[in-house]
Amino acid sequence: MDGTAKKRSGTRLERNDRLVRLALLVVAFSAVSVLLVITVFIVGQGTPIMFRYGLKSFLTGTRWYPSENLFGLWPMIVGSLYVTVGAMVLGVPFGLSCAIVLTEFSSKRLRSIIKPVIELLAGIPSVVYGFMGVVILVPFIRETFGGPGLSVLAAAIILGIMILPTIISISVDALQAVPPTYREGSIALGATKWQTVKMVLLPAARSGIIASIILGMGRAIGETMAVIMIAGNAAKVPGSLLDPVRTLTSNIALEMGYAAGEHRQALFATGVILFIIIMVLNTVANVTASRMKGAKK
Amino acid sequence: MRINPRAEQAFVRAVLWTLTAITVLILVYIIVFVLRKGIPALSWDFLTKNPVDMGKGGGIFSTIVATIVLTAGAILIAAPLGVGTAIYLTEYTWEGPVTRIIRFGAECLAGIPSIIFGLFGFILFVTKLRFGWSILSGSLTLAFMILPTIIRTSEEAIKSVPPVYRTVSFSLGGTKWQTVTRVVVPSALPGIVTGVILSVGRSIGETAAVIFTAGSALRLPTSIFSSSRTMSVHFYILAREGISMPNAYGTAAVLIIAILAINLLTYYLMNRFIKKYS
Repeated sequence: MDGTAKKRSGTRLERNDRLVRLALLVVAFSAVSVLLVITVFIVGQGTPIMFRYGLKSFLTGTRWYPSENLFGLWPMIVGSLYVTVGAMVLGVPFGLSCAIVLTEFSSKRLRSIIKPVIELLAGIPSVVYGFMGVVILVPFIRETFGGPGLSVLAAAIILGIMILPTIISISVDALQAVPPTYREGSIALGATKWQTVKMVLLPAARSGIIASIILGMGRAIGETMAVIMIAGNAAKVPGSLLDPVRTLTSNIALEMGYAAGEHRQALFATGVILFIIIMVLNTVANVTASRMKGAKK
Repeated sequence: MRINPRAEQAFVRAVLWTLTAITVLILVYIIVFVLRKGIPALSWDFLTKNPVDMGKGGGIFSTIVATIVLTAGAILIAAPLGVGTAIYLTEYTWEGPVTRIIRFGAECLAGIPSIIFGLFGFILFVTKLRFGWSILSGSLTLAFMILPTIIRTSEEAIKSVPPVYRTVSFSLGGTKWQTVTRVVVPSALPGIVTGVILSVGRSIGETAAVIFTAGSALRLPTSIFSSSRTMSVHFYILAREGISMPNAYGTAAVLIIAILAINLLTYYLMNRFIKKYS
């Protein structure tokens, strides 16, 4: 009698556990489902107009006049590319230097101060960065180099600063993940610290560092509010670093408030292109990072 | 020509340190600049009075309320989903195609720019589901945005709970679910809370995803269907339309102080959590 009761309660608990497992599995797919729903909505809203006007005219058309049904995204694609490349050129050397200094050349004490400061600053909202650009950087560029100040250069500098925390924290992780024996072996062979960094640590941490750069790139391409405030937003291919520029993200945010009909669909099409670029970057970063993990096993 | 390795090292070291110093100085300068300009604008009235005349006068009370409500809503939606996912990944399954898909999904979601979330929230919640520009639309959109952060931090927190805890619980006759709810999650709680606080920081600072889903009405929100303006959206509008520079600086200072406080708290909790298990 006792035995059967116990058995029954055991199966009840087991059944509950199975139910819990099933419920958790459903919950666990929330992130994947959100990703799918976002993809379906953005692509669903954005692609019909691309094919109606022709993919080629959409991607390579240089004129964006929504009121005349001209939806050429080329200036924005080039604009995003320019400011992102600029941000990488400025941000990567500073970010990598920081990461190397933090892991290899600084005392433990100093590291315990600098690293949290950099991490704290990752939390500064992008509007604040944009605002700093408006009140300090843009007037500085206008007075020093001429032009309107709202420019490719201003956007590249601010984005270069904004991606620093991403590059630094992921590169630091990658450098710290290099087994200590690598370091010790190199030093034991008589190499200086810098030679060790250059010839042993950087190659060993390569995948992680590349992943950090790609993720920084994704952040730069995807940034919106800061760029709107400082880039000038003219829908024209910029002729120089001092010309205003409009990126894919600003194109969406600037006009979303009042767009309707085909104009709105064209903004979703802009979103589709942005989305594709970001997904490609994410996948590449993901594959590189997992290669790093694989190599360590 | 051979360069003396020691001379080379001294040179490189100087360059690297200079670049690092510049980086840290820029970042510190931003904070100091905003606080120095913004703190004079702060007063009790600024924090407790509603904006007047599009934000030219008055305070920012309604935007503080909107920020808190919107963020709380996002956390209420995202935390159960995120922690549930983390529990499933760490306790209920083994590494395989399923976990790879889930992790890949979360990582991709983490990389999606906030403007895409804004577009998506606008089309699904604001127009298709007819929630309008509202706290509900804004919270749902933000929840989706912070979900990956909560998953990742909770997963790490749960993983760092020593396996012995589970073994002991099982050996006392605890079921899987009892072990998870009474042993594993309570032990991992500080780590989970850290992730949640980190997401609060991100929600407070977010603009692009919020402006197209929660709208920008300056009134005090009365229900989850009211359109409302968060602090960062308010700051953006003040600064971009040049409505009032002193009030823009003041709002920026409140934002920065809130985010610094949140990040310091996170940092403190994280260190305590790490110390506990190592």
